[in-house]
Amino acid sequence: MLTGGRTRPGHDGLRVETPLAAVPAALSAPLRFEARRIVELCQRPHSLADLAAALKAPLGVVRVIVGDLLTDGHLRIEEQPDVLSIDLIERIRDRVRAL
Amino acid sequence: MSAPSDTAAPPIAVKIVISGGFGVGKTTFVGSISEIEPLITEAEMTERSLGLDDTSAVPGKTTTTVALDFGRITLDDTLLLYLFGTPGQDRFSFLWDDLVDGALGAIVLVDTRRIEDSFPAISYFEENEIPFIVGVNRFAGGLRFDLAEVRDALGIDDIVPIVECDARRRESVKDVLVALTEEILIRRSRPHH
Repeated sequence: MLTGGRTRPGHDGLRVETPLAAVPAALSAPLRFEARRIVELCQRPHSLADLAAALKAPLGVVRVIVGDLLTDGHLRIEEQPDVLSIDLIERIRDRVRAL
Repeated sequence: MSAPSDTAAPPIAVKIVISGGFGVGKTTFVGSISEIEPLITEAEMTERSLGLDDTSAVPGKTTTTVALDFGRITLDDTLLLYLFGTPGQDRFSFLWDDLVDGALGAIVLVDTRRIEDSFPAISYFEENEIPFIVGVNRFAGGLRFDLAEVRDALGIDDIVPIVECDARRRESVKDVLVALTEEILIRRSRPHH
């Protein structure tokens, strides 16, 4: 995979579970290989972990490619709440119970 | 900065970490409830891992690949729950910070035949102030311990909940996850120390 030999991401602190979405123009960008595949997958939100599973690639490799796509504006991070509210934690509990 | 086409609320992803010693049942636990095939990998250039996976011509440097337990559960249209298993061997502990960052909480699984294997996980969550509960995984044929004895052996505070579970059973796994959310709600209601 093409990571230019880098092993550290350009976006430190991006969590493995945070949803990423492709911007509408990304599909027509001249992207190659895994970058293109990631943009296709991210037509619906996918996290780093989802992408690593789908591409059968190590997390660190996906992190580097995603970092470039974020820097170039092809992907955006779905903003997450800083602190999960009591309501949200109760919602998680109730939904798990109902599974 | 929401995209103009956005009408639905953006998805919220929450993460719970499943930890404990090697072979304690983390993979089984995650697999019992995940809606996807739980496997991702991480590869790192590591030093001082000679003789593990690779007899590289470069002494002292090798690429180590580790399989990580990973599960996803769609709770509703806008809420996703991810489960990540921490690598159960000390030599992969460099991956922990990355997996644990931002976690809602953690479950430390314990095998009563090898209680000491769960010490590193408990220390880690205590030191990093991550809410956790202990799940005693009952293996067929394993010795039965009183939960108070397990608590003593682990040396954990009375305040940390310990529950029994069977990682093979979905209902049991659900109960443990619910117990963790209850613990987090209780912690939220306590005054800060």
